[in-house]
Amino acid sequence: MESILLSALIFSPLLGILVLLFVPKTDEVLIKWIGLLATLLPLVLAFFVYFGFDTAKETLQFAEQYKWIDFNIQGQPNGNDFTINYDLGVNGLSVVLMLLTAIVSTLAAAASVWIKEQWKGYFMLFLLLEVGMLGVFASQNLLLFFIFFEITLIPTFFLIGKWGYLDKEKAAYSFLIYNGLGSAILLIVFIILYMKSGTMNFTGLSAFLSQPPEMLERYYLGDNFRMGLLIALLVALGVKLPIVPLHSWMLQVHVQAPPSIVMIHSGILLKIGAYGLYQFGLGFFPGEFEQIAFWIALLGVINLLYGAFIAFVQIDFKKVLAYSSVSHMGIVLIGLASLNEAGIQGAMFQVISHGLISALLFFLVGLIYQRTGTSLITHLGGLAKMMPITAGFLLAGGLASLGLPGMSGFVSEFMAFLGLFKTMPVLAAVGTLGIILTAVYILRAVLTITFGETKEAIGTIKEGRFVEWLPALILTFFIILIGVYPAVLSDMLHLTIEAMMASKGAIT
Amino acid sequence: MTLEKLLSYEWGIMAPEFTILIVATLLSLIDLFMPAKASRRPLALFGLLGVVIAIVFAVFQIGEPTTSILFDTYRFDSFALAFKLLFLVATGLILVLAMDYEGQHNWQYRGEFFYLLLTALLGAMMMASSADLITLFVGLELLSISSYILAGVRKTNLQSNEAAFKYVVNGGIATAITLFGMSYVYGLTGTTNLYGIAEGLTSPIVEQNKFLLLMAFVMLLVGLSFKIAAAPFHMWAPDVYQGSPTPVTTFLSVVSKTAGFALILKIFLISFLSVQGWHNTVVLDLQPYIAFVAGVTMIVGNVIALRQRNIKRMLAYSSIAHAGYVLVPFVSLSLLVFKATWFYLLAYLLMNIGAFAVIQFVTEREKSEDMTAFSGLYARSPFVAVMMSVFIISLAGLPFTAGFIGKFGIFMSALGTGHYVLASVMVATTVVSYVYYFNVLVHMYFRKGILERIRPSIGMLVVMIVCAVGTIAFGVYPAAALEFFHNGFDMSQLFVK
Repeated sequence: MESILLSALIFSPLLGILVLLFVPKTDEVLIKWIGLLATLLPLVLAFFVYFGFDTAKETLQFAEQYKWIDFNIQGQPNGNDFTINYDLGVNGLSVVLMLLTAIVSTLAAAASVWIKEQWKGYFMLFLLLEVGMLGVFASQNLLLFFIFFEITLIPTFFLIGKWGYLDKEKAAYSFLIYNGLGSAILLIVFIILYMKSGTMNFTGLSAFLSQPPEMLERYYLGDNFRMGLLIALLVALGVKLPIVPLHSWMLQVHVQAPPSIVMIHSGILLKIGAYGLYQFGLGFFPGEFEQIAFWIALLGVINLLYGAFIAFVQIDFKKVLAYSSVSHMGIVLIGLASLNEAGIQGAMFQVISHGLISALLFFLVGLIYQRTGTSLITHLGGLAKMMPITAGFLLAGGLASLGLPGMSGFVSEFMAFLGLFKTMPVLAAVGTLGIILTAVYILRAVLTITFGETKEAIGTIKEGRFVEWLPALILTFFIILIGVYPAVLSDMLHLTIEAMMASKGAIT
Repeated sequence: MTLEKLLSYEWGIMAPEFTILIVATLLSLIDLFMPAKASRRPLALFGLLGVVIAIVFAVFQIGEPTTSILFDTYRFDSFALAFKLLFLVATGLILVLAMDYEGQHNWQYRGEFFYLLLTALLGAMMMASSADLITLFVGLELLSISSYILAGVRKTNLQSNEAAFKYVVNGGIATAITLFGMSYVYGLTGTTNLYGIAEGLTSPIVEQNKFLLLMAFVMLLVGLSFKIAAAPFHMWAPDVYQGSPTPVTTFLSVVSKTAGFALILKIFLISFLSVQGWHNTVVLDLQPYIAFVAGVTMIVGNVIALRQRNIKRMLAYSSIAHAGYVLVPFVSLSLLVFKATWFYLLAYLLMNIGAFAVIQFVTEREKSEDMTAFSGLYARSPFVAVMMSVFIISLAGLPFTAGFIGKFGIFMSALGTGHYVLASVMVATTVVSYVYYFNVLVHMYFRKGILERIRPSIGMLVVMIVCAVGTIAFGVYPAAALEFFHNGFDMSQLFVK
């Protein structure tokens, strides 16, 4: 109750915004340094939270709760009083996600050296975006979650629309409308839950919704109604994740946004969808989730195969990676739908692992684009000769992405499929095709870029300096760390997921 | 009526109205005797002073018991006071805007401009505070007629003339329909007192002639829909908003609209819900129709706003859409009806006046009302651009602004009573509205305009800052406004004679 560490962590990027306000907007170097340093503060605090987190306890930690809004509605039957608190707290999953956010943000801030204009506005929005992302994972209350969720919307719109490539404004609007609709549906679901239960607290809602169906019927929350709510949630979060066919906005963003923002977007923002599905879909409606688990798994397999197939024919490396994200998010769905500990843990591993891998790959895209001015596979080739180190990282990222043992991608895919084979073996068998396809499209793209024939048009380019590929080194380090020693994650996640499973006694 | 009886009334409860009345009268006299060339600015300051005094009186009245004088033609209760505070604060801010308004040409009749704002305000206050159809109507007319003149106050401006003419004609028709509806109500119940009407409606004879009752109230609703610019009675709004001087547009979109809502809530809720009887269900019978009007209003407002290039027209359609939102709590009739409506209107007041302040500033400098006037505003005046962003984000209903909490309250009332379709329409149209609201932001930040620094005057700056601080403060800590409303105003007073 007394700890304010989480609040400090969430709002620490604001300090950077404050400092930036007083910096002249023409001083490029200073602004970039401040932007980078400002992301270190949340990083340090996130490590504090990570190491301060007691993995032996399954309750929420670092909790904060203050009374915030009171609509003064009396005389409701459900016993809750409709007050909305400022509720923060973390479980194992959110700690890891917050740490991931802080790491990727810092590295994306480093990748922001390639931003060419309006640095001040850029970094202010960037830091605001970080506040939103950190807040999403620490919220223990639907309203707070939603507010932080929406906060990410505005800076992202501007970051894409102003600093992106040619077709940036269209991508920004597409992002805004799709995500606006997604969050609009989300808001409706949240308020319906709030009005029925009288509380917005996650724990309170879970308790309320785990009452026997006859009781819920009395609050007009019948079986069909709950199913409707879950499907609405699935659509709302499916936009974010994204689930095919709600993914078209995300391709545009991946192609048009500046690489540093895609690192954030693909690394963190997409993960909010997965986190939401776990926290709300599974946490609030476990029974209904089980009923439609097959369909969710099917969607997952469709995502996996669709993304992989289309990625195979793309000539823009950014598009390959975008479809690869679609494909990899399918694995999250597969893991969640398996509804056993292995599967869910696999899904969560995939969330973290893909966050790191896509951040790494998009960082490299930015690095290569900086040198060559293109990201088309057909225009690139023979990079291994001129930029051996970059090419090496690219290969490492590609291998991690296709799930090579010893890297994080392997652990997550393995566990997710392990989970699914237990419950839906046929679907899982079809899904494994996706893994093969992943290997095919990743290797095609990566090998063409690194070893293919050297293109004249590129001319001679120099390898980056140490500082330039340091972010890639850090990301690769984490990817391998998780791959070799998964306990860094599983220790954190284990009890959280177990608690989730235990509270839903019905599911084994 | 004897003199003693007249003196025995508690005239003190009318202190805010008297203040405005006296100030308006004085202003008209001073204006008459002032040299024609003299600056009329001090008049605005004097008017502002009057509004501030009236606000002080009104604040001291918070918590006073219900009082009624002049046979219920003037009735003081929490409902009236809550709305009067909104009118007063809004008019105060608009007077500051009006003080700095130049218009495209220097125009005379500036004195009239200030005191007509006050008489319009007086009309709105009477509408909030009266419990008799006759005085309600007089208040409505005082507000309307003052607004007609205000819309056309730039006598030599073609658009202003067009605005005034359209407004008079449309307004006249709406008034006639309202009055016609009132006559049926009088015919059915034999009284013009709202509480008397509520009593009268219980009689079995009225029940047998239910269709007449419905007709009467549908006509009342049509007439009042005009006032709040709800579809399909919204056609006048874009032209009038575009042609009127910006402060008048602000007044029409905030005070006039709020008064319309006060009147709708008052007439319908008192007549149908203050007395137990068969007629309580009539409101429920009417619900689907009002819901339809609300839904269509949101769709029409938001969709047509997409196509607007003129910023004032765009905000006109946006304010039509907002009228649709505010109708939602009335349709759902949950426990939150007053709280949600009042809070939304408060948020709407702040963000809309703020946005119009920026629009007035920019359009005057650019001599253009086209969207491109905003191009590159961030480079020319970063502060104003940031202010405008706050208002736009609040109008779009995104978090950490009062507009978000207001929408949240509306959703609560709609979803708590099972109006899922209406809530979905509202949510979908809100997302549509992102497009045109963000278009303004895109112009301010992404587009290049001329690179000439511009600075707002002190008055404009004050209005912008007050509105922006309010918008953010009530967005981050809405409890401040909600508790104030909850503790100071007992809305159940409305239902007790």
